[in-house]
Amino acid sequence: MFESPDKLVLGFLTGVIFGFLLQKGRVAKFEVIVGQFLLRDWTVVKTMGTAVVVGAIGVYALVAADAASLHIRPALLGGVLIGAVCFGVGMAVFGYCPGTSVAGCGEGRRDAMVGVVGMLAGAAAFVAAYPALQPLIKGMGDWGKITLPEATHTSPWLWIGGLALVGLGAFIAERLSGHGPQQRRGRLPHGAHA
Amino acid sequence: MANPFVQRYWSPYIVGALIGVLSWFAFATADKPIGITTAFEHTAALSGKAAVPQFEQKNEYFAAKQAEGNSPKIGWEWMLVVGVFVGALLSAGLSGDRTRLWVPPLWASRFGPSKAKRLIAAFLSAALMMFGARLAQGCTSGHGISGTLQLAVSSWMFISVAFGVAIVTALLMYGRQGAEHV
Repeated sequence: MFESPDKLVLGFLTGVIFGFLLQKGRVAKFEVIVGQFLLRDWTVVKTMGTAVVVGAIGVYALVAADAASLHIRPALLGGVLIGAVCFGVGMAVFGYCPGTSVAGCGEGRRDAMVGVVGMLAGAAAFVAAYPALQPLIKGMGDWGKITLPEATHTSPWLWIGGLALVGLGAFIAERLSGHGPQQRRGRLPHGAHA
Repeated sequence: MANPFVQRYWSPYIVGALIGVLSWFAFATADKPIGITTAFEHTAALSGKAAVPQFEQKNEYFAAKQAEGNSPKIGWEWMLVVGVFVGALLSAGLSGDRTRLWVPPLWASRFGPSKAKRLIAAFLSAALMMFGARLAQGCTSGHGISGTLQLAVSSWMFISVAFGVAIVTALLMYGRQGAEHV
């Protein structure tokens, strides 16, 4: 029922830093998440994109050094695609994702607190319906626990390098187009979204 | 120079880079990808087991998870979620960014100030979101960050479809006009 105490402490420590960063990054706010989906506020994409490029470099380096292993979720097409549609509709209406709603609770947001109870209900529905859901999850095909480099027989560093270049390109294009933080600072007064 | 811990906002690039480094830390220390929704699934499964006799025997979920070596438990993932709450509380407290908001202004501008309406919508949409996350075995963290940085096919598929659907949903809900309020 309980994992070892060192795992529990490590999990808590990682979570505290993650929650702190989500709150400082403004992504625990309804307006920022919905603003991203309305294509008006690019905070979510900037944060996630940077995390993915930086994270990929270190994690693939750790794997190369045999210091960690990959943990890939299987590409069960039914589960992933139907799950993604439910997730997308739910997240756009809710205005938080699972992690940022927990962080939103820490910020004091009442609708996020009610949503966390809703998430427990959603998880309970999933567990209760687990046997009945299996044909749906597995019925459309299973590509297995596969990565993009494995699927294309290429080096992961090619993909990571490509992602880094796309990110850098988007960053430079934003600066040059005059939508950078200098120009936008006036639009983001402190506490404007509180 | 101002103490960064009491500042309300950090640059998304700084926050993103630090989340990336944090994922190195999670892989290196616990050999785990950062993810949120597994803990919710485990909580629901453990509660079901505690509340309903024979639930474990009747539902093949428990046998299937045991075979995967991923039986529901209070573990690293569970403490991660607790930590996220504490970390956000700390950050918001230090910077005075705490709120008691019930209805976000953007929501109110489109659907009115009713608390009941917002809370019912939040409950149902969050339930649907979690249901979808468990169907796909990941969320914005588990697939969107941890999975995509491992270059997983399932994760790039999930986040492209999920964000595509979310964009269509948000534009249908608020329209171009609603977008002016952001």
